[in-house]
Amino acid sequence: MSLPQPLTAFEKIWRDHVIAPLAGDTALLQIDRLVLHELSGSQAVRALAEAGRAPDSRAQIFTIIEHLISTRPGRGPLDSVSVSGPAMIGGTREASRRWGFHFIDYDDPRQGIAHVVALEEAIALPGSTYVCCDSHTSTVGAIGALAWGIGASEAEHVLATQTLVQSRPRTMRVDFQGPLPAGVHAKDMILALIGRIGAAGGIGYAAEFAGEAVRQLSIEGRATLCNMAIEFQAKYGFVAPDTTTLDYLHGRTHAPRGVDWDAAAAYWLSLAGDLGARYDHEVSIDCSQLRPQITWGTSPEQVIAIDGRVPDPSIQPDAESRLEAARALDYMQLSPGMALVGLPIDVAYIGSCTNARLSDLRAAAAVLKGRRVREGLQAVCVPGSTPVKRAAEAEGLDRIFIDAGFEWHESACGFCGHIGDDRFKGLRTISTTNRNFKGRQGPGTRTHLASPVTVAASAIAGCITEAPAGGA
Amino acid sequence: MEQFVEVTGRAAPLMQINIDTDQIIPARYLGGTDAKGYGVHLFANWRFLPDGRPDPAFILNRPPYDSAQILLADRNFGCGSSRERAPKALREFGFRAVIAPSFGGIFFNNCFRNGIVPVSLPIGQVRAIVEIVEASAGQAPITVSLETCEVRLADGRSFGYEVPETLRQMLLAGVDEIDLTKSRQAEIDAFRERDRVRRPWIYIGPAAAS
Repeated sequence: MSLPQPLTAFEKIWRDHVIAPLAGDTALLQIDRLVLHELSGSQAVRALAEAGRAPDSRAQIFTIIEHLISTRPGRGPLDSVSVSGPAMIGGTREASRRWGFHFIDYDDPRQGIAHVVALEEAIALPGSTYVCCDSHTSTVGAIGALAWGIGASEAEHVLATQTLVQSRPRTMRVDFQGPLPAGVHAKDMILALIGRIGAAGGIGYAAEFAGEAVRQLSIEGRATLCNMAIEFQAKYGFVAPDTTTLDYLHGRTHAPRGVDWDAAAAYWLSLAGDLGARYDHEVSIDCSQLRPQITWGTSPEQVIAIDGRVPDPSIQPDAESRLEAARALDYMQLSPGMALVGLPIDVAYIGSCTNARLSDLRAAAAVLKGRRVREGLQAVCVPGSTPVKRAAEAEGLDRIFIDAGFEWHESACGFCGHIGDDRFKGLRTISTTNRNFKGRQGPGTRTHLASPVTVAASAIAGCITEAPAGGA
Repeated sequence: MEQFVEVTGRAAPLMQINIDTDQIIPARYLGGTDAKGYGVHLFANWRFLPDGRPDPAFILNRPPYDSAQILLADRNFGCGSSRERAPKALREFGFRAVIAPSFGGIFFNNCFRNGIVPVSLPIGQVRAIVEIVEASAGQAPITVSLETCEVRLADGRSFGYEVPETLRQMLLAGVDEIDLTKSRQAEIDAFRERDRVRRPWIYIGPAAAS
């Protein structure tokens, strides 16, 4: 009898969801959770109804109003800066009630950005398959779920069958060797990784984040890491479940209880990769030397240490990369060799599924406390969820933000993507979000991605600035 | 799925890396529950001048490229968001295939459900196609066959490529993917019967009536 082959966490989770192997490397997979929002979700639900079909497993489907709903304080049930927002919000609300999905409306105390809520409510569980019509769905890989973004047609397929036809990705292990220096955060880790392997470096892979620096991160920090897996094109990013995961999940709304909890916890811990398990690709990052990171271009791979200089396009390895770097510099209105520190900014934005959880707001508030943002600068905070907002208010963080000159909004996807509000048009923005694509936050908006402490420190200085190590 | 067996047509080179879905169709055009109406917004920020007129310098505004059925691009085409409006906009404009060294993974999957074949070829081969297209001022016919999984050029050269076999078969037959899955309902039910015992915590109750 031969010993069983050692498996990675990914391989175990995949194995446990294969209903039927199909041709090639494809399988029909069981999908444990589908989360819909009012943008793509309403399209999938409508298509399902038009085809005369009904949801297969409605108890495993959640809808959350978060993509198009306004973040304006005092918002109403259909408020949106998107012209089609009211129809899509209304349609999602109506369909959710008609089909009996678990529904979290705009004014529900559990409301927030889907990927933030999914962790808080334990909609996502370790070892589960979890899909949502949003590329940042991998965020919930923080608790060891196999989570990925899908299109509206795939969502319609899940609605109708609670399964998906998927090609099996290859496995990648990213070893973040620790410890992490003071003043360096999960956002800096993931930006540094993307800078190293490139925006296409993860195509076809499921990325497992591991190593001492990851083990030391809270679930919230792990969520920031997993959030940006898609920014290097790993559709899946996750951290294998450990005791931090169990401590986080215990007692949350949809986490199992009693004997179910005991069985689940044992199963979840068994999903960690076996000793000797082999990955198709391994990358290691020495975090002990890591500096805070900031992007200079229009792809997350165009990133440098905050005290670095904008690279010359001529150092790029191929002609297209050189042209792309030159186009990015032109759009960003920067020149090779420039320092980013000291570059004036117009907008500071703290929000999104990347970096607007309670620990992010605490870190930013520690920098902002007792200070004021630079005169004339627009500073906006959109908490990642309503529970985050309430918790922040309970400990007085909202006062710190407001006294510093930040706007304090209701929770939603907000200004991470441009859905119709032109207030950041043509402006230079420093942002805790995940994408610096051309036009992502508005027409001509030039976005620099950074961690919450870097954004907070820069808001005060009115220009790109490194936060003092340790926060305040 | 819209059937795809083989397409022969003109190709348009748009040789940039990391063309993201915000460029393919900006987020402000994603609203609405209509199934169509996205082709007019394809590459909106590149195709149109600030006053709304087509930019004559942009390749898809120039004949013969404005009637191209095949798009040529550099690596990581379709990176970014999961928006299915991206392949929808390409399809409505008239494209049936995109040839690039690599694709964003979610976009790649979405293509098959919208009648578009994403063809991955090494950059050298993509450039060879671009050369033929440019040398003929865009007139050279390019054939993308899903039946034989090859791209054929007028000079007799052909380049093989791979796509997931299951998706290939679905596209060749133009099947309804949901119907196909439902034909396996007995296997699905058997899986869930075992799974409910093994992982009961996954099978939670329905939402409480409000």
